[in-house]
Amino acid sequence: MLGKLSLSALPLDQPIPLIAGAAVVVVLLGVIGWIVFAGHLPYLWKEWITSVDHKRIGVMYVVLGLVMLIRGFSDVVLMRSQQAVAYKSPGFLPPEHYDQIFTAHGTIMIFFGAMPFIIGLMNFVVPLQLGVRDVAFPTLNSVSFWLTATGALLVNMSLVIGEFARTGWWPSPPLSEVTYSPGVGVDYYLWAIQIAGIGTLMSGINLTTTILKMRAPGMSYLRMPMFCWTALASNLLIVAAFPILTATLAMLTLDRYLGFHFFTDERGGNSMMFMNLFWAWGHPEVYILALPGYGVFSEVISTFSSKPLFAYRSMVAATMAILVLSFMVWLHHFFTMGPGGDVNGIFGVTSMIIAVPTGVKVFDWMFTMYGGRVRFTTPMLWSLGFVVTFVVGGATGVLLAVPPADFVLHNSLFLVAHFHNVMVSAVIFAGFAGYGYWFPKAFGFKLHEGWGKAAFWFSVTGFVAVFAPLYVVGLLGMTRRMQHYDVPEWRPWVLAASAGVIVMAIGVVCQIVQLVVSIRRREELRDVTGDPWDGRSLEWATASPPPAFNFAVLPEVHGEEAYWGVKQAARDQRRLREEPSYEAVEMPLNSATGVICAFFATLVGFAMIWHIWWMAGLGLLGAFATFVIFAWRDRVEYEIPAETVARFDRANRATRAEALASLRRRAA
Amino acid sequence: MDPGRHGRRGRIGRGWRILGRVAAVSAAGLALSGCTGILAPRGPVGGAERTILFDSIAIMLAIIVPTMIGTLAFAWWYRESNTKATYRPDWAYSGRIELVVWSVPLLTIIFLGGIAWVGSHDLDPAKPLASDKKPVVVQVVSLDWKWLFIYPEQHIATVNQLVIPVGTPVDFSLTSSSVWNSFFITQLGSMIYTMKGMTSRLNLQADHEGTYHGLSTHFSGDGFPDMQFETRAVSPDAFQAWVAEAQGGGGQGGGGQTLDDRLYRDLTKQSVADAPKTYHAVADGLFERVVSGKLPPGPGPNAPTGGTPPDVTPKGGTM
Repeated sequence: MLGKLSLSALPLDQPIPLIAGAAVVVVLLGVIGWIVFAGHLPYLWKEWITSVDHKRIGVMYVVLGLVMLIRGFSDVVLMRSQQAVAYKSPGFLPPEHYDQIFTAHGTIMIFFGAMPFIIGLMNFVVPLQLGVRDVAFPTLNSVSFWLTATGALLVNMSLVIGEFARTGWWPSPPLSEVTYSPGVGVDYYLWAIQIAGIGTLMSGINLTTTILKMRAPGMSYLRMPMFCWTALASNLLIVAAFPILTATLAMLTLDRYLGFHFFTDERGGNSMMFMNLFWAWGHPEVYILALPGYGVFSEVISTFSSKPLFAYRSMVAATMAILVLSFMVWLHHFFTMGPGGDVNGIFGVTSMIIAVPTGVKVFDWMFTMYGGRVRFTTPMLWSLGFVVTFVVGGATGVLLAVPPADFVLHNSLFLVAHFHNVMVSAVIFAGFAGYGYWFPKAFGFKLHEGWGKAAFWFSVTGFVAVFAPLYVVGLLGMTRRMQHYDVPEWRPWVLAASAGVIVMAIGVVCQIVQLVVSIRRREELRDVTGDPWDGRSLEWATASPPPAFNFAVLPEVHGEEAYWGVKQAARDQRRLREEPSYEAVEMPLNSATGVICAFFATLVGFAMIWHIWWMAGLGLLGAFATFVIFAWRDRVEYEIPAETVARFDRANRATRAEALASLRRRAA
Repeated sequence: MDPGRHGRRGRIGRGWRILGRVAAVSAAGLALSGCTGILAPRGPVGGAERTILFDSIAIMLAIIVPTMIGTLAFAWWYRESNTKATYRPDWAYSGRIELVVWSVPLLTIIFLGGIAWVGSHDLDPAKPLASDKKPVVVQVVSLDWKWLFIYPEQHIATVNQLVIPVGTPVDFSLTSSSVWNSFFITQLGSMIYTMKGMTSRLNLQADHEGTYHGLSTHFSGDGFPDMQFETRAVSPDAFQAWVAEAQGGGGQGGGGQTLDDRLYRDLTKQSVADAPKTYHAVADGLFERVVSGKLPPGPGPNAPTGGTPPDVTPKGGTM
């Protein structure tokens, strides 16, 4: 009846996961209970859970990402504490538990921390920057989000029910085959990533279509803000790369469930093929995450330098060059598998070539500040912290692209330090820069600067304090994923890295405090102008938070930096443009399709993991029925009357007129 | 010069001194711990790789240090409160700067690309080392979770201990009985993967007598951290003596056993932190039978004849 599931799946004999799991369950039930009994459920259901508004979905993605970043960070605390005590000692985490933790850390940080954070920013910002009312497929957007949430839920369920994979975040066969990993851990990984991956792919299709087909009148490709360009590149990469991951994991699933031999190294199967396919997705994935990060920095540095982005077209070229090159380097993940001089030489060189457009970007950000008026706000600090730390990560990356250097550094903690250096700088710093930058747009009040700056300084200091020692200990020959070790020379550096985690943790706490303090003092931090940073792109043209329809009338774009152009014209002519004539706006209706679909997907995933075949069938049937019901719906849209639109826009215009007047008062 | 300015310079000077002290302490720490790892190579392969590593680091520091300083300097000079800085609100393009901005990384990469290309050929692990001595042949099998070394020419085999003569190239052929591992002696250079059904090649040489740390660098399951072995590089005479002793049934963990197919199967069962072992003889063609799959792969955790599951609790420090 319940497949492999029995009471023994609960960690009743292991205190650490039991207590952690119980705490999470209690907190979760507490939150749900509070929502229900305080009567917030109808509001949440109507305004958020069933919302198809890209802004709401974007915010939910970011919230998911932030929560999962904290979950991934708790894994860091466990891993670093284990290594701090596990010198000539078994430490407090046995291997079967430690191995799950580093696997979960990588999986969660990449798929459920970084991805939702970045996709959330793109979801929220791109339609606003393009001057349109929503993404191309609003309901699909909701489905994408909820499927990602399903994946995150499944991974976290494994904490309490059963186990997670013990293979590392890329489950390389033969270790991940059923012979060597007979438990449900790898199955949790496979189904969580497959379900979330479908969500990501659909989100990629959605945003690509939006950018290619739905721009405001006059917004040609070369007038799009840099963030939209990087979002386009990132989503094209999602569309091109995620099917590879889905197919690869499907093959591994067939191996595990139906006795196929794709990757078993028996009967013609080959485990190398898994590595090739996985990294053919995996390396573009790095740029799926990093490119929108570069976009955030471009927006932030330009805005807070009060200048246009330096060499915009060059930046566009560099972005698209990275898009193409990212598919040509995957083999550098196995220089040490003996492919020979020619293959290693070629892939070493192609990997380095990516550093050229990336280097150009760094220099262009530098020259964006040149001749500017730099305001050191929290988002700007994250951006500067990014440039300074990222170049080190880039340089160590180029170093690892030199095959003879990789022969001694591959899989070492030097490598671990390298990819954390680039990923944390380019993705997490970008995430926080974007979070601080667009927060007032989303909620109508700014984040508290003091706590934001404290979070920045502790996080960056902690980040350097963790990874500088890991670079060193990698040079001393320490390899990754060691549950314990006996080499005395490694110990001081491992301890130093563990101490760095404490500093980083203070940064995390400051980040949480910043949000709480900002919400409590929202009236002081209120931004009524809709344009708190003197922005340059169209998201700043509408009110904060924007109405469901984003813009009363779709803006006309006459050049790069669409909103800057509008503001310039208003300053020159000393008045706003003529009031447009308002029309009613049609917006898509809310839909529960996404969340219901995700509910059934959770059933399917959980059932497949535990071999409960009837439940999997039920889940599939339910998901299909949900789609059929959605496809046969009668009402698709609702109308917002012209008066509502006009009332909103007149209020927004009044704030802009006031801003213009105060500018003139100051000039006088 | 006004005193305030002097004061600031003094503060900056002190900052630099502290920074210098930190750097000196770190460098000293690194030097002290430099008796291990890839920074202290004891053979030609590791030596060449360290040179390439240092050259590449130097080239890249020449680019990134000015970039870091430039970024901070630009941001600081053009801060909003600095009235001396000129504001150019519309300046967003300069062909000359663009030329430099594309050329600098491009030229660096062309240079480093050359190093990478030449280096990957010169230091290809499969390439035999130039030497007038005949290489010692060693066949390596990674097992769950220990290393098996077969000396086909000497007809002996060892577990978790590798003995090689100094000044003589060692020609490794490597495979795995089950999951992937990666074979690495940090001070001799070049790691290489071991994969089931495949043979990888590696050529190394030790130039100095000593005991070197060997490990697996690719995660291979719960027993992974104990996949370590000692590599003893000894004089050629001592090596001959060791071989003779091993053949006679001696050596570390020796017991006069012959490693045949049956014993090999026992060896493939999962175990952790095995003490070093020596076999006085080894069945012919054992390695080839492992690679071709004629001998069954490691049975994994659910070994059919295994009895009790292996105890994977690490025996810390017992190695």
